[in-house]
Amino acid sequence: MEAAATTIRLQGRRRHGELAVRLLLGLAALVSLLTTVGIVYALLEETVVFFGEVGAHDYLFGTKWTPLFEPASFGVLPLVAGTLATSAIAMLVAVPLGLGAAIYLSEYARPRVRKTVKPILELLAGIPTIVFGYFALTFFTPEILRAFFNLDVGIFNALAAGIIIGFLTIPIVASISEDAMRSVPQSLREGAFGLGASKLQVTMRVVFPAALSGIVASVVLAMSRAVGETMVVVIAGGLQPQWGADVGKSMETLTAFIASTAKGDVPTGSIEYKTLFAVGTTLFVITFVLNMFSIRFVRKYRQVYE
Amino acid sequence: MSAHGETVGRPSSARRAKDLAFRLALLGCLAVAIGLLGILLVDAVLDGAGALDWDFINSFTSITADKAGIQAALWGTIWLMGVCALFIIPVGVATAIYLEEYADETRWWNRVIELNIQNLAAVPSIVYGILGLAFLVRGPLNLGQVVLAGGLTLGLLVLPMVIIAGREALRAVPSSIREGSMALGATQWQTIWRQVLPAAVPGIATGVILALSRAIGETAPLIVIGAATVIFANPTGLGSDFTAMPIQIFDWISRASNDINDYRPLAAAGILVLILLLLAMNGVAIWLRNRYEQKW
Amino acid sequence: MVIGQPAAKSADERTRARPEPICHLEGVSVSYGDKAAVRGVSFDIARNEITALIGPSGCGKSTLIRCLNRMNDLIPSARVEGSVLYHGQDLYGSEVDAVEVRKRIGMVFQKPNPFPKSIYDNVAFGPRVLGMKGDMDEVVERALQRAAVWDETKDRLKANAFGMSGGQQQRLCIARALAVEPDVILMDEPCSALDPISTGKIEDLMLELRKEYSIVIVTHNMQQAARVSDRTAFFTVDPEDRVGRLVEYDDTETVFTNPGDARTEAYVTGKVG
Repeated sequence: MEAAATTIRLQGRRRHGELAVRLLLGLAALVSLLTTVGIVYALLEETVVFFGEVGAHDYLFGTKWTPLFEPASFGVLPLVAGTLATSAIAMLVAVPLGLGAAIYLSEYARPRVRKTVKPILELLAGIPTIVFGYFALTFFTPEILRAFFNLDVGIFNALAAGIIIGFLTIPIVASISEDAMRSVPQSLREGAFGLGASKLQVTMRVVFPAALSGIVASVVLAMSRAVGETMVVVIAGGLQPQWGADVGKSMETLTAFIASTAKGDVPTGSIEYKTLFAVGTTLFVITFVLNMFSIRFVRKYRQVYE
Repeated sequence: MSAHGETVGRPSSARRAKDLAFRLALLGCLAVAIGLLGILLVDAVLDGAGALDWDFINSFTSITADKAGIQAALWGTIWLMGVCALFIIPVGVATAIYLEEYADETRWWNRVIELNIQNLAAVPSIVYGILGLAFLVRGPLNLGQVVLAGGLTLGLLVLPMVIIAGREALRAVPSSIREGSMALGATQWQTIWRQVLPAAVPGIATGVILALSRAIGETAPLIVIGAATVIFANPTGLGSDFTAMPIQIFDWISRASNDINDYRPLAAAGILVLILLLLAMNGVAIWLRNRYEQKW
Repeated sequence: MVIGQPAAKSADERTRARPEPICHLEGVSVSYGDKAAVRGVSFDIARNEITALIGPSGCGKSTLIRCLNRMNDLIPSARVEGSVLYHGQDLYGSEVDAVEVRKRIGMVFQKPNPFPKSIYDNVAFGPRVLGMKGDMDEVVERALQRAAVWDETKDRLKANAFGMSGGQQQRLCIARALAVEPDVILMDEPCSALDPISTGKIEDLMLELRKEYSIVIVTHNMQQAARVSDRTAFFTVDPEDRVGRLVEYDDTETVFTNPGDARTEAYVTGKVG
């Protein structure tokens, strides 16, 4: 029982422990900031030097990428074409299949089906990309593209790489889109059903548009993932750059170049070393723009219903 | 009288056909995705099961395919995961606590930190390799192509996952627990350390395991920082050269295209070991979640 | 009829000696951001009495009770003006440590909020974090006895508190608060989530606790206020500016049988909700 009246001390000591803890935790949070700073600094430092030696104009608009041959040419467009081609093909696979799966899981599937299928999709999302690369090279190209479909494609080709990348990004499209569609309030569906709409109409005309920003976010995120994908293209997409659109042949991407070049021992300061960073910067800029886009769309759809 | 007449008939066969076709198309999408996954797994098993035996696990790689094994890569992976975990657990949990319990959301710098983490989660993994190469392997820290550099690079890659999972786990603890604790005279840190964090541990542990299962399969960053592909010894310390399972598999795949009968089964066997490891880790994560999840 | 001032006392002089006040509020106003919740509140909390805060929802009773143990500190946008004197010291003085305040002024919440730990660890938590000395087993037993829940828990002290019923959990929360040996116990609608039997047990408990502690209770249940409290403060929302204000503060008997303010009368007779 507290002593009476005036001898009660309410003044505490300055809680130094609390301040120290807060500081330490803040420093930990700084690590994530420093990571980005580090990435940007590392990329830019060497890229600037690179642009000093090879003009930025030649790099950004040149169509011949032969940095390691004589005479060396540093036009990055073939790599960009490779990245674009494989990513576009990937999206042609991932978006319909992913959305189809998402719509089914969100609007049509019974709870038990959902409970079984979702872990399978998570499994698909968790398989390392090197496994997909192996599959693309040793099974998909020879058995499916060449044997089954009788296509005249090289052993390394952008088509196989693109399709397999699309396949591995399906979970991104599927899970975020499904999430967005399930957040659409039941009352909207009931209102439409009440007016006599069929399930197809309700799904495509009410739910789908209502969830659109989340769906767009998922597609953009999947695109970013496809652009940044390395192992599938390194193993199955080919290491010959191509300034063209023949997806049946090898098309080296930005990521494939970085991986294959870094595999050998690259002396610091050499021109190969610098190309790693220049191409890395190009890659980072593309994915950064896509990511920012996607984050804004996710915010939008979360805001509306939460 | 309704504009549609009095008789209420069944839906027209055209409409029923359309609905059915749509439903089948959707199911088809799901079936294709799952089917392709099934084919992939079957293919890996068919290619690799034959080569998967104890000799495979216990041998090092070799120029003769029959004698090659995955021991160095397996131990390299274990070492890398150890370093990675020792990094991401304190830093990730501390960051999550800071953002969830201490940071004032109205301050711009805290919003920047949040946005930054979301962005980092989506940066291509190969860029983390470049970061590791520039700062850890060479550059200021100059650690060389060693286990410590590899583990830290992977740690930086998956750190955002741990932070995000940690925040969700902390957020799931109801504020009534914090209020109850503070009302008794506990300080904020006492409340976090003794009530909030213990309640969030299952969620955090699940997040860490999932982050590690991502890290275990990453190849591209390790290629860039220079993991060895041919190495005949297990790591002995943080400063050892190392290889890792995905790197070894990659090396064997590269040889497989020239020598398709020799190394392809090895690559597939390595893939099977990797997948089994992943299934085990995910199994532990799911078990943890089911066993210890707090129902409030 | 003047807003914000306690009702004028009846002409009869009180013969019962008024106990000394343990807390005194003067001109207390609380706002969240730029929205004022309650304004200009002045009254006393008397020692070893039960003081009830009643009034319609939204009138600021909970906001006000949280001023007494600095729980409003947890809300970043909250601002408190005026003075809250505890044994003559302003709880919001610049040198005052909120932890010290909460050691002496404890709180029980509307929804029972036991920690996801054993019954023993729930009660022992406060003394442990405050570094209190003494045999912990004794401390826990004493607190559980005082909260009238010892018989129900003595054989399962290591069991998880979540396994208890709602009423038991609330008495556990009271025990938890008592273990810290406070002076004042604040109760924010402690029975509103409980069934009538548990409510009755807790009301009996309050009357027992009054002998050693001073209790302030927020309740929307007028009958409860009439049953247990010695003094009652009636709050209402000012229709013009939507801010909570203290209308009348007097002995409970007076407030319920002979209120000085028409609004008080309207509320306690059920004309107004």
